[in-house]
Amino acid sequence: MKTILPALRLFAVLTLLTGAVYPLAVTGVARLCFPKPACGSLIERRGVVVGSGLIAQNFTNAAYFWPRPSSGGFATVPSAASNKGPTSKDLRQAVEDRAARWRQAERLPADAPVPAELLLASGSGLDPDISPEAARFQMERVARARGFTPEQRQRLSDLIEQSIEPPQLGILGEPRVNVLKLNLSVDSLGSSRE
Amino acid sequence: MNGREWLQVVLYLAVLTSLTPLLGAYLARALSGERHPLARLLGPVERACYSCGGVSPDQEMRWPQYAASLLWFNAIGLVVLFLLQMLQGWLPLNPQDLPAPSWHLALNTAISFATNTNWQAYSGEATMSYFTQMLGLTVQNFVSAATGVAVLLALTRGFARKSAPTIGNFWVDLVRTTLYVLLPLSLVLAVVLAAQGVVQSLDPYAHATTLEHAEQVIPLGPAASQIAIKQLGTNGGGFFGTNSAHPFENPTPLTNFLEMLAILLIPSSLCLAYGRLVGARRHGWAIWSAMMLLLLAGLGVALWAEHQPNTAIAGLPNLEGKETRFGIANSVLWATATTGASNGSVNAMHDSFSPLGGAVALFNILQGEVVFGGVGAGLYGMLMFVVLAVFLAGLMVGRTPEYLGKKIEAREVKLSISAVLAPCVVVLAGSAVAVLIPAGTEGLNNAGPHGLSEVLYAFASMANNNGSAFSGLNAATRFYDLLGGLCMLVGRFAVIVPVLALAGGMARKKTVPASSGTFPTDGPLFVFLLIGVVTLVGALTFLPALALGPIVEHLLMLQARVF
Repeated sequence: MKTILPALRLFAVLTLLTGAVYPLAVTGVARLCFPKPACGSLIERRGVVVGSGLIAQNFTNAAYFWPRPSSGGFATVPSAASNKGPTSKDLRQAVEDRAARWRQAERLPADAPVPAELLLASGSGLDPDISPEAARFQMERVARARGFTPEQRQRLSDLIEQSIEPPQLGILGEPRVNVLKLNLSVDSLGSSRE
Repeated sequence: MNGREWLQVVLYLAVLTSLTPLLGAYLARALSGERHPLARLLGPVERACYSCGGVSPDQEMRWPQYAASLLWFNAIGLVVLFLLQMLQGWLPLNPQDLPAPSWHLALNTAISFATNTNWQAYSGEATMSYFTQMLGLTVQNFVSAATGVAVLLALTRGFARKSAPTIGNFWVDLVRTTLYVLLPLSLVLAVVLAAQGVVQSLDPYAHATTLEHAEQVIPLGPAASQIAIKQLGTNGGGFFGTNSAHPFENPTPLTNFLEMLAILLIPSSLCLAYGRLVGARRHGWAIWSAMMLLLLAGLGVALWAEHQPNTAIAGLPNLEGKETRFGIANSVLWATATTGASNGSVNAMHDSFSPLGGAVALFNILQGEVVFGGVGAGLYGMLMFVVLAVFLAGLMVGRTPEYLGKKIEAREVKLSISAVLAPCVVVLAGSAVAVLIPAGTEGLNNAGPHGLSEVLYAFASMANNNGSAFSGLNAATRFYDLLGGLCMLVGRFAVIVPVLALAGGMARKKTVPASSGTFPTDGPLFVFLLIGVVTLVGALTFLPALALGPIVEHLLMLQARVF
C-alpha cells in the first residue's frame, strides 16, 4: 500500500498534465495561430466545402485529373493500404489491370509506359499528390474531355507546370502536383462537360 | 538514387549528429537535478507533482522498491487505459459515438501503449474517441517513455555510485523526464506540426461534397499533440490507422523531416548524457558510434535494395505503399530509424518494401532494439550488450572483467544474458506457435515466404516493443491480441527487472583502479567488439528464420516468381 497510493496519485497528476493540460494547450495555440491547417486544411468553393487539400478524392470523370489508386477505395474512416508484398500475385494482377485501364482512358497502345505511381497504391490510401510526370500524362485526356481549343490546351499545359510544388525549402521531399487543387484550377479554366 | 535524395539523407544525419551533444548535455543536467533555466520555470510544477503524489523526492530507493514502484505505476496505467476504452461510449469527447472495442483488443492496446510498444490492431479514426486518445493513449505515450528513461537513470547510478545501497527515486525520475524533457519538446513539435497541417481539433469529423458530388468524411481530432510525443517518446502509435503515411499525421516533407528527427533525437542524446553522468564522456561517444555504425550499415543496404526495380511486378520501382511527397529515400530513412529505435511509426508500408529493404527493418528490431533503441530502453538494452562485450574481452585475456572500475561477475553476466535473451525466446516461440496453428495463419495477407515474414515481423515487433508491422497481417483477432499482449509484457518487463537488479548490485560494489589489464571502453576496439556482440547474438538467433523469409523471397523475386 505504501507504493500503490503514491503510484495512483502520481498517475492522476500526470494524466491531468499530459492528457488534458498539454493537448488542450496545443489545441488552443493551434486554433489561435493556425486555424486552417489545424482543422483539416479544408477548401471551400462558393461557400461549399469541397474537400481537404491534404486528402485525395476519387476522381473518375475523364474531365478531371485522377489521383493514385487507393487500396481502401478512398475511404477516409479508416483509410487503408494494400500491404501486398513484393512477390504478391494479387499485386502483379492489380498492376496489370490498372495499366490496361490507364491505356484505354488515355487512348494509348498496349505497350505504352504508364507512370509507376499511377499503377501502385499509396501507403495512406489518401495520397493527395501525383508526380508532375503523372499529371502531364493525363493532360490530353482532360483536354479532350473538356473539348478544349488549342489555346485552352496550351493554358492547361501551363497550369500543370504552375501547379508543381517544388521540394520544400529547396531540398525536402519530391516535386508533386496536388490533384484536388489542380482540378479546381482546371474548372476555372473552362466549362467541364458534365 | 538522385542527388537530392543523397542530400536529404546526409542532411538528416548531420542535423541529428549536431543536436546530439547539445541535448545530451542538457539531459545530463536536467535529469540529475542540477540547476537549469527550465527548472527555475517549472520547479514549482515539479514540487506540486510530488506533494500531490504524496511522495518525498529525497527518499532514495533500493532496487526492489524501485522496481515495485515502477511495476505498480505501469499496472495502474494499463488498467486505467483498458477501462477508458471499454467505457468510451459513456465518456465525453466522443463526437462520432464510437463504441467500446472488443475486450481483447482493448487489453492488447492497453498493454501495447503501457509497454511503449504501440502495436495497433485498430485504426484510431474508426475506433478511439478523442477522450481515449487524449487521456488514455497520449498519457501512456508520455509515461511509458519516461519509465524507460527512469530505468536508464537507475542503471546509470548503479554504475556511477560506489558502495551505495540505493539507485535513486522512481517518482523523481518519472516526473523530471516528463516535465523537463518530454513535455517541452512535444509542445514545440506539436505546434509546428499543426502549423503544417497536422490536425488538432476537438470538432466532430468534417463533411465535404467532392467536385464529383460525392460525400466525403474528413476525420479530425487532437492529433498533433499526440503525434509529437509519439515520435519523441519512441512510441509510434498512430492517431490514424495508416500512421505517418496519413496526410493528416505527416502532411509535408518538412513534417516528415522533423518527425523523423524526433525518432532518434532523445535516444541518440541519451548516450552522451550517460557518458557525462558516469564520468566517461568518451565512452558515451563510443556507444553512440557503435549504434550509428549499425544504423548506417542497415540504411545502406535498405537504400540500395529499395532503389532496385521489382522484377516480379513488371519491373516497376518500389512505390507500392509509399507516398508521393516523400519518395523512396525518405521512406527508407524513416523505416531504418523507426526500427533501429523502438519507435514503430511508419511513413510507408513496410509490408510492401522490397524483400531486403523489409529485412533490414526486421533485423534492426531483432537485434533487440539497441540501434539507438527506445528512449532509455535502447541504451539500457545496449548496456547489457556492453556488459557482455566486456565479459568476452575479459575471457580472451583471462582476467576478471571490469566496467567503469567495477568488477563484472557471475551475477551481472547472468542478469544481462537473461535481459538479452528474453525477447529472443518470445519472438521465436510466438512465431512458431502462430505458423503452426490455423488461428495464426488465417490472418496472413500474403502467401509464400512473405507470409512467414509477416508473422516473424509481428512477433519481433511486439516482443521488442517496436510496434511497427507488416500490417497486412490481420492481427485484430483474439489469438494475436492475447498472445501478442503476453509477448509485449515479457519483452518489456523481463528486461526491466534484470536491468534494475543489475543496477542494484553494481551500486553496492566498490570501484577498483584501472590497471594495464583493464579493457579500455572508449576506443575503436571496444566499438567493434560491441558491434560484433550485438550482430552475433542477432544473427545466430535469427538467421535461419530470416533465410526462410526475406532472403528466399529476394532470390525468388529475382526470378520474377509470385505467390
